Amino acid sequence: MSTELAIGFLPLVDACLPILAREHGFAEDEGVSLRLVKDMSWATVLDRLLYGHSDAAHMVAPLAIATTLGRGRPAQPLSVPFVLGLNGNAITMRSELAAQLRPAGQIGDPATAGAALAEISKVRMAEGRPLRFGVVHRYSSHNYMLRYWLAACGIRPDRDVEITTVAPPFCADALEAGEVDGICVGEPWNSVAVERGVGEIVLMTAQIWRRGVEKVLAMREPVLEVKRDAVERLIRAMRRAGRHFVDPDNWEQNAAILARPEYLDGDAVLIRRALSDRLLLAKDAKELHYPDFMFQYREAANFPWVSQAKWLYTQMVRWDGMEFNPDDANRAARVFRPDVYRSALLGTLDPLPGASSKVEGSIAGPLAVGTQQGRMTLTSDRFFDDQVFDPEDLSGYLSRLP
Amino acid sequence: MRIAIIDESAARASVIQEGLAAIDDCELFVVTERRGLVARIEEIGPDIVLMDLGNPSRDVLEEYFVVSRALARPIAMFVDESDDESIAASIEAGVSAYVVDGLAAGRIRPLLDLAVRRFNAFARLQSDLAEAKGKLAERDVIDKAKRILMDTRSMTEPAAYAELRGAAMNSGRRIADIAEAVITAHSLLGGAK
Repeated sequence: MSTELAIGFLPLVDACLPILAREHGFAEDEGVSLRLVKDMSWATVLDRLLYGHSDAAHMVAPLAIATTLGRGRPAQPLSVPFVLGLNGNAITMRSELAAQLRPAGQIGDPATAGAALAEISKVRMAEGRPLRFGVVHRYSSHNYMLRYWLAACGIRPDRDVEITTVAPPFCADALEAGEVDGICVGEPWNSVAVERGVGEIVLMTAQIWRRGVEKVLAMREPVLEVKRDAVERLIRAMRRAGRHFVDPDNWEQNAAILARPEYLDGDAVLIRRALSDRLLLAKDAKELHYPDFMFQYREAANFPWVSQAKWLYTQMVRWDGMEFNPDDANRAARVFRPDVYRSALLGTLDPLPGASSKVEGSIAGPLAVGTQQGRMTLTSDRFFDDQVFDPEDLSGYLSRLP
Repeated sequence: MRIAIIDESAARASVIQEGLAAIDDCELFVVTERRGLVARIEEIGPDIVLMDLGNPSRDVLEEYFVVSRALARPIAMFVDESDDESIAASIEAGVSAYVVDGLAAGRIRPLLDLAVRRFNAFARLQSDLAEAKGKLAERDVIDKAKRILMDTRSMTEPAAYAELRGAAMNSGRRIADIAEAVITAHSLLGGAK
């Protein structure tokens, strides 16, 4: 008898691991039967999780922390035993704006494009029609990555530019209608905008922070305790799904699975672009290979680093105008559960890092790190502005940020 | 009380509207258009907003409510902790409710209950409709299979039907399933023209 787990998700490429764990039978092999529940907004994914319609959910990482801290709804402690992937988002702008930020046909450089954008934003402010960007949710990595980049380039969000929420399926419409000048969204929605000729990709979020935490598997803390055994099986199944996902031999097949009506209900050709890290920056342009655009498996991609939860907390303080509070910081840090991840994979061939926290942005080149099991080499995790995040000094970090 | 019903399904919105119209002292506004949603809500200035859970614009609306905290009439999701049961029922039915701060729970509860009942009624209507459609399709399949038996084995219509029913009873399957099998077999054997 296998245990059933219901998992909520939004139709995005980075919901791939639970979907593939189910479709390839990896979950069944572990004795877990997955029921996937598709929704169209993060609010509904969260409601279903909180009211027990789902056991776990594909979720934008900051939302798991915001829910734990009671931002927007009464506080409910969530737990993240597994990170579904890093990055995989892009910034797409209206074509005439994109053309002013980077050489045609090339991906932008974050600092150069940001400097050019700062000039444009001044002009637009003076004209009384400030630049407007769309992100998918207030508590999304998209919002924090976009804001991080803008602020580091001297553009103050909410003062120099407006940032508003746009639902992913409507991003291309919003660009076309001129409701926004740019969007920061996951795939396939950048590619959809490109294909419709309403925008061009200017940056990948992986250029802003090379190893930025993106979607997580979130659960209510008490549910994790009750279903702990099934969750550990699910973690093993999703690691196997990740191995399958990154193998070029499987891209075609996996893109076709994700494209099905019950999952993304989208175009397999566009989905394949994201899986293979090969996007078209503009309509009819050549495919551009940007390694690690999506990062779902290698190194410690799925490991819930406590330092990443803390980084998200600092950004919440920064952009919600909250007071820094050490108790909140601790509650946020405890959302990420490396202990569960370790316990699930101990004794398997998957490598486990020795530490559960790291100084984010401090690794420039390949670095062999100490492990609990196996061998692990981490590569660059730099922020584009060379800032370093020390998880033991949150207020110091906050005071250094623009 | 000003109530905004946001639903991209105009049919469902009118079912909800019809239900809530019975409540005294209520002004109803139905919004089915996605574009300009926030501006429209601002214009309406509702005390209560009802929105279907499947609506992709929920995140947009919730952000607006957060930002508008600074405004005179802040709106929050109806998450009075003492009333978990009614929230669970509303999520089960597929409707979310947002309520102006300070509105008495006693006024909200009957309204929300009614909205939940109307949502459920609509869902039942839909499944009845789907079932009716399925039954129609089944009848077509059975008619087609009967026609095949009548043509290939020179049977009368009642005899063809009796044959299908007999096969269904013997194998413990539905007549429609047997009829499908007959059609499939017939076309595999080159009989379909």
